[in-house]
Amino acid sequence: MSDTRTATQVPAWRVALAAVGKSAPVFLVLLILIAWITYLNPRFIEPSFFLNFLRRSAPLMILAAGQLFVVVSGGFDLSQGSLVTLTVLAGALLAFGDPANTWWVILVLYGIGLLVGVFNGAVTSYLRVPSFITTLGMLLTLKGLALLITGGAPRGALPPNFRAFGRAFIEDVPLLGRLPWAVIVLFVLSALFVYLFHYTVLGKQALAIGDNQRAAALAGIHVPRVRITAFVMSSLSAVTAGIMLGGFSGVSINVGDGLELEAISAVVLGGAALLGGRGNMPAALAGALTLQALFTLLNFLGLPSPIRVTVQGAIIIGAVGYAAWRAVRAGQERGA
Amino acid sequence: MLRPIRILLALIIAAAMTAAFAQTSEFFNEADLIRDLGYMEMEAEGPADQPWIQAIDPTYIETTQYAKEGPWTVCFSNAGVNNPWRVVGFTTMEAEVDLHPNIGRFIHIDAEGSDNKQISDINGLLASGDCDILIVSPNTTAALTPVVETACEQLPVIVFDRGVNTDCPVSFITPIGGYAFGAVAANFIVDELPEGGNVLALRILPGVDVLEFRWSGAERIFEEAGINVVGAEFTEGSTANTKSIVEDYLQRFGNIDAIWMDAGATAVAAIEAFEDFGAPYPIITGEDQQDFLLKWRDEGLTAIAPTFPTYQWRTPIIAAEMILTGQPVPERWTLPQPHITAENLDRYIQPNMPLLHYALCGCEDMPGFPERWGGR
Repeated sequence: MSDTRTATQVPAWRVALAAVGKSAPVFLVLLILIAWITYLNPRFIEPSFFLNFLRRSAPLMILAAGQLFVVVSGGFDLSQGSLVTLTVLAGALLAFGDPANTWWVILVLYGIGLLVGVFNGAVTSYLRVPSFITTLGMLLTLKGLALLITGGAPRGALPPNFRAFGRAFIEDVPLLGRLPWAVIVLFVLSALFVYLFHYTVLGKQALAIGDNQRAAALAGIHVPRVRITAFVMSSLSAVTAGIMLGGFSGVSINVGDGLELEAISAVVLGGAALLGGRGNMPAALAGALTLQALFTLLNFLGLPSPIRVTVQGAIIIGAVGYAAWRAVRAGQERGA
Repeated sequence: MLRPIRILLALIIAAAMTAAFAQTSEFFNEADLIRDLGYMEMEAEGPADQPWIQAIDPTYIETTQYAKEGPWTVCFSNAGVNNPWRVVGFTTMEAEVDLHPNIGRFIHIDAEGSDNKQISDINGLLASGDCDILIVSPNTTAALTPVVETACEQLPVIVFDRGVNTDCPVSFITPIGGYAFGAVAANFIVDELPEGGNVLALRILPGVDVLEFRWSGAERIFEEAGINVVGAEFTEGSTANTKSIVEDYLQRFGNIDAIWMDAGATAVAAIEAFEDFGAPYPIITGEDQQDFLLKWRDEGLTAIAPTFPTYQWRTPIIAAEMILTGQPVPERWTLPQPHITAENLDRYIQPNMPLLHYALCGCEDMPGFPERWGGR
């Protein structure tokens, strides 16, 4: 019994909850999902299990972070998934299982990512091709390229030190147990992404372009440069995700299939407006984690696959619908 | 306000469940299962070192009416070259074509996994009038049946790999099939599984006949033996999905004793999930892909690999030559379907080949081996 408070005082937990809910409902959904999984399997929140869950989520979180730059500036990057595939297949072909090759191969892969991003951004900016079309073309080009260099049957292999980023653990860490490399990479990159998005001019300019491109240009923002940078962020994050996914699960020709849509879903779950101008990096990262938690929950519930797909779709529509409803209501309250 | 949504959700779930369960039963045929399991015990006719020209229990039919002066144009409508199995198979087929000087032209059209494209591909080939014979690897069974029937009226047709619902083709070439594939793997697990052990089944997709046969062949054996199958999951052929699913099951059950797979492409990912989790290796069934065979040998796994041999891609070209020279061919050309066990494992390991190469290509003596298949 709290005797110091009056009856009209709002309990602290409700204030906290309201704050979380207001910043983005995705955190609340994430908490509910994690609580639900934990209820089904209490070991889930043991440090080593939870870290493993983060490890598995890392590629999608990184993809979503990169995608956010493009989405807030009013575009889409549909080429992420096939760039992931190309990264894995080209990585295996170039490295051919020899650990001595890992470092220059990674440099080459980032070089490819840089070119893809610059190309996507430049075509979208200077030729005024909608990003949907540009990156769809890029998706097909990269997919074709991946099949071309491998003849459809992947060759070579990823050496162990390449795979370490997605697969290796640091054993016997105090309190945590086994700490996956992927989680360390994830934390470092998340910090970097939050910094770039919220504390540098890049994130603000991207938001401004997505909100009103003409106004942004009149305000002195070099629109093509910002847009190209946003696409480069997206491509580089796809290469990073490719390196981690190749590490996590090895070489396969369909490793990147559909990832671009998962990344866009994650960003939208994180409350970003699909036509640009609104978005938040921690929420986008949480959106990716939520999606992954959802997949895990459906695994734990043991639902047959078709139901899983249906529920996944329903929840995404629900989240977007809820965000839209909130936006409308907020507009009404302001008297708009 | 919430009630209609709940009802709607329940209806969607019910519909999805009905669909999921309806799909499994549609593909089961007890007579075929018994026939195929019988084939596994039978001796194939023909030279044992060339299984691609062997046939099990064949009924030959006359083809003199199709005999024709060479050089011929052989046309091939291919469902797709969209996975490593089909790449190895198609490379082998092209090499086989090179062995037949009487085949003047080989026209290959890739349907890229689309029924519609394949139907128009075949119509295009028929309209061109260039083909002396047509080979079809159908994308799906029902959709391609009518156009294959049309083709049969105009020229000799050979169907292989997947089937069609008509017996109008001169020859249908297939390994023994999915029931035997699934049953070999399931029987191995039943024999090896410790008392009370549990099994996780990993499948690619629902609704594809070849894969459904494999699962129904296994499912019955598990049922009859009273095996505890803790789950049958769809991986969509993705290694990352496979690894995540296996990790989730390991968390849920603490231990998984055996993994049954309807295709081997993600077997290594499943094994790695056990390694990363720190769990002992399961009994596992894979396929004849090099990465799995290497892992099997290096870790001394308890494993078996049923196969859907890629050497079946040689047979249609051989059959085409037989038909165009008027030699009798088996109407249903059932190829032997070996499986790899611990005893013969070393014979199939080829360190010079790509990790996703299929060992049973029957291509080792062909011109251009191993470079043509990506080996060194």
